[in-house]
Amino acid sequence: MSIALLASNLVAAGTPASTTTTVAKNCTVAPGGTKVVGLCTSANSLHISVAYRSIAPMLILAIGALVLLAVSAVLPKRPRVGLYPALTSAIGGLALLAAVLQWFDGAAKAGTVEIGGQIFYDRFSVLLLILISIAVILSSLASDGYLRREGLDGVEAYVLMLMSATGAMLMAEAGGLIMLFLGLEIMSISLYVMAAFHRRRTQSGEAGLKYFILGSFSSALFLYGVALVYGATGSTQFTQIASYLAGNVPANTGVLLAGMALLIVGLGFKVAAVPFHFWTPDVYQGSPTPFTGFMAAVAKAAGFAGLLRVLTQALGTQQADWKPIVWLLAVLTLGVGAVMAIAQKDLKRMLAYSSISQAGYVLLGVQAATTQGSSAALFYLFTYTFIVIGTFAVVDVVQGKGEARTDLGAIRGLARRNPLLGAAMLVLLLAQAGVPFTSGFLAKFYVIQASVDQGQYYLAVIAMLAAAVAAFFYLRVGLLIYQAPDEAEAPVSTPGGGDGVFLAGLEPVPSLDGNVATAVLQAPPSGRIRVPGATALVIGVSVLFTIAAGVSSFAIDFAKAAYSLL
Amino acid sequence: MTTTGIPLLNIIVFLPLAGAIVSMLIPASASKVWSRPVGLAFALAELGFVAYLVADFPGGKAGFEFVSSHSWIGQFGISWALGVDGISLFLVAMTSLLFPVAMFGPAWKGNARSFLGWMFLLEAACMGTFLSLDLFVFFIMFEITLVPGYFIVAGWGGARRNYAAMKFFIYTFAGSAFLFVAIIALVVLDAPHNGGHETFSLITLAKISSSLPHADQVLIFCGFAVAFAVKIPLVPFHTWLPDTYTEAPTSGSMILAGILFKLGAYGLLRLGLYLVPRGAADMGPLLLTLAAVGIVYGSVVTVMQKDLKRLVAYASIVDVAFIVLGFFAFSSQGVTGGVLEMVNHGLTTGAMFFLVGIVWEKKGTLRFSELGGLQKATPILASIFLVVVLAAVGLPGLNGFVGEFLVLVGTFVTHRWWAVVATSAVVTGAIYMLWAYQRVFHGPMVEPEPSGDEAESELTGVGGVAVATRTKAATKVTDMSWAQIAAVAPLLAGIVFLGVYPRLFLDRVTPSVNYLLAHVEQEAPNAHVPAVTTQHVTFNVPADQNVLVSPAKTASALRGDASPAGSGAKGGVG
Repeated sequence: MSIALLASNLVAAGTPASTTTTVAKNCTVAPGGTKVVGLCTSANSLHISVAYRSIAPMLILAIGALVLLAVSAVLPKRPRVGLYPALTSAIGGLALLAAVLQWFDGAAKAGTVEIGGQIFYDRFSVLLLILISIAVILSSLASDGYLRREGLDGVEAYVLMLMSATGAMLMAEAGGLIMLFLGLEIMSISLYVMAAFHRRRTQSGEAGLKYFILGSFSSALFLYGVALVYGATGSTQFTQIASYLAGNVPANTGVLLAGMALLIVGLGFKVAAVPFHFWTPDVYQGSPTPFTGFMAAVAKAAGFAGLLRVLTQALGTQQADWKPIVWLLAVLTLGVGAVMAIAQKDLKRMLAYSSISQAGYVLLGVQAATTQGSSAALFYLFTYTFIVIGTFAVVDVVQGKGEARTDLGAIRGLARRNPLLGAAMLVLLLAQAGVPFTSGFLAKFYVIQASVDQGQYYLAVIAMLAAAVAAFFYLRVGLLIYQAPDEAEAPVSTPGGGDGVFLAGLEPVPSLDGNVATAVLQAPPSGRIRVPGATALVIGVSVLFTIAAGVSSFAIDFAKAAYSLL
Repeated sequence: MTTTGIPLLNIIVFLPLAGAIVSMLIPASASKVWSRPVGLAFALAELGFVAYLVADFPGGKAGFEFVSSHSWIGQFGISWALGVDGISLFLVAMTSLLFPVAMFGPAWKGNARSFLGWMFLLEAACMGTFLSLDLFVFFIMFEITLVPGYFIVAGWGGARRNYAAMKFFIYTFAGSAFLFVAIIALVVLDAPHNGGHETFSLITLAKISSSLPHADQVLIFCGFAVAFAVKIPLVPFHTWLPDTYTEAPTSGSMILAGILFKLGAYGLLRLGLYLVPRGAADMGPLLLTLAAVGIVYGSVVTVMQKDLKRLVAYASIVDVAFIVLGFFAFSSQGVTGGVLEMVNHGLTTGAMFFLVGIVWEKKGTLRFSELGGLQKATPILASIFLVVVLAAVGLPGLNGFVGEFLVLVGTFVTHRWWAVVATSAVVTGAIYMLWAYQRVFHGPMVEPEPSGDEAESELTGVGGVAVATRTKAATKVTDMSWAQIAAVAPLLAGIVFLGVYPRLFLDRVTPSVNYLLAHVEQEAPNAHVPAVTTQHVTFNVPADQNVLVSPAKTASALRGDASPAGSGAKGGVG
């Protein structure tokens, strides 16, 4: 399937054929090669063949977003309840279908470069397209209840979600740094708005502003990195960078190294790797809760897709340079994420640090720089998508109207208020802690194995110790869920008891004689929690996938197949 | 390899899981009536299957029996493989015996559905750990025990239960970090020797483990040892133990001490000695020393305890140190004694915690200063307690004596001075156990003071329950109920049976132990394994499980000298 640009055709029609050389049908070249006109495959640099099937899911989302806008323009201001989320998830479903078809496409299986080398069409891309489509479906369903509760329902949120997913897909499929940057910006700009979407909540506006300022800063750094890498290698295409570096030693290694470092910073910001994580707690806390889940799933997946492409494909030959950097990033991310999460008293903030910590494990897979490592990282992202969207959906239900209660106390006694919701949250928490028979355990297993396979024993041990630290705060929430709403840790009399209470992460509670009069966890709201149907569906699907992918191997076979040919 | 028509081992692992699911599914309204009978039925059915397994297990065989293997995550060489040998057989039996006692013996309050659900889940995980023939399965089963363990302690424990449960979880989870990395490292490093395929199969890994470089074996063993030392727990990794055991509910303490301990000890044997024998041989003296230190330190600390439950918890440290001592003596008697001690300790400590729970029910306190003179009021409790104490002390005729004796003899053969140090525990053990008995049951009955320190005593128990119990205790202390006697009777029967007729046990355990030691001896000739090889035994092992190389190869490749005499045991085919 090949077309010429419309402009070229028009020019070709008015050009006298006698003064030029006809190279091929519909293709003429002026004497001396000064002017090239028409459908010229080799001579005309403007000729680009567009393989639409390679970008079908992206197109579906982008066109879907526009259709959604158009539909909203002709409908009354308040259309039928649930129309927009249903349409959005239908669009997401179409994209998912397209992506699944791509999965079985021979070209994707073989791995080809399409559209003038700008799009990588392989199973790695396709797996991420599937992931992003699923994230769109789940998040749009989970957002419905939230947006209606908060009086924010309308088409805008869904359009933004589709647009940012489009950007994320472009990042996943990018064949060069320019496309990667384009995708990054499309995704990020929508996410900035989504973060600030709750107009009446100051934290939301603050989150949007903070995300925007720091995000643009990191985009600028990334772009600077692109320029430097281009300067050092003469190309922005991953394959060309790789082949140049394989054959030549760059004249100025400093430029390349600086460019590489800036690329890592820019992408590290998106995936919230320490020390580029400072925006994460504030943004995750301030953003509307279902959007936080979307952000954590999609932005992270797209960022890691970019990181994997840049580091393992474009700069694969420079492993000796970037591996130590990623090693350090992974250790810092694991450690800081886990330790800081312990100190949090806000549920969303804690989950923000938890997501930072989770990114550390994906970095482990990146650091391995092998097929196995990359597929392990992919698997991690895939399972994490379900976990994180499900978790934030639960938090959304728990926090109540106006996000009134996001402190840890709000979740206390959840099992009494809604046993199924409590059990679902427990499964999702255990999965994040990496307990066996959940997808979280297998995901950790794969990255650790990839890491050990490369002889990174220390990194693997550090990662597992970080998991032990992280288990603490996941379990603490798990325990709160099963506590009676009014129950408190009994006062402690034995020596050393004080530090025990501190270690348990709970504020010392007033004893019967009132000796320790300090703040307690706020009592949770009472009454049974009603879960909107769509949200319940999202949570159910997340939990089921988390368990199914934890006891069987289908998901890893999937991820492994995605990377088998790279 | 025995294969029966029914997948016996799979039933043994999955039946408690089914029990857990059924227990959780019983509606809350019917829970009061149905939870306990249904749970009991499941527990007894499990016990029945295990009894069948023990009866069907052939004596004199050294290999894994009832093997069942299904590919699970094929591309990583992970399979769902189960099998039982002499070493795991009695641990499984002990587990299936102790669980019903722990579930239905002690009184516990609260939600019966979730309590039984967690307990059954724990039983399934313990069975899976003991029966797994795949490292991956072993690890996930080993890990999953933490979750029900955590929730049982946190949900039904004493005043500081949250702290204790969290400490328990974090400590063991951190230890598992090393186990996890060590397992993966072993698999990855062994892959080139297995035709480039990764495998988690225990038997395959044991076969090719001799190809691993010595230094790697040592490091991998250290990874195993740290994880299991935390779980066992070996001094100095024991600090989580007193808190957890004191705060756990009676049922929880019984299971934690009786069975979860053994997971670590079993892992040390199954993973440490079997898979990386050279590493085990190198680090053996260190572990022996830690065990000896643990025995002395544990004894001293135990004597000082002022609380009965804490005393039993610390006494456990001494007992498990004995087990480790036996293992790393690398002698047939030592390891067999260690295995027997694992079973003994499960029975004895399980019974002990049960009785301690009853004492607490009667008196509302466990401090020695507030106890005394119970014998008059509760003669049955006192006599049963005395039997258990004597078993723990090692009175001949009861099970403790056989195990302790074997361990000490086995250690004396190979590591004389460690045995001498360890023997001191026989004396101190008698001191703290008998003294504890004396302080609880003899002397004048200490009447609780009418009031005043009520708030203080309340702290040793759960919330307001203690007050009620105290009031009751002040009026009249009754003896054990028939239900309680029935609950503890199986444990007593086990204690007596293993004491007077240990042959049933030894006939099945010794071949497996000897086979394991022959493997260690062959892989690590400098480990000073006595006795096994001089007998030139032919091990009754299925061909596909045989991990022993031929004697000729042993002589030339491993030993380095030319004389075939005294070289490893013949790799017999059963």
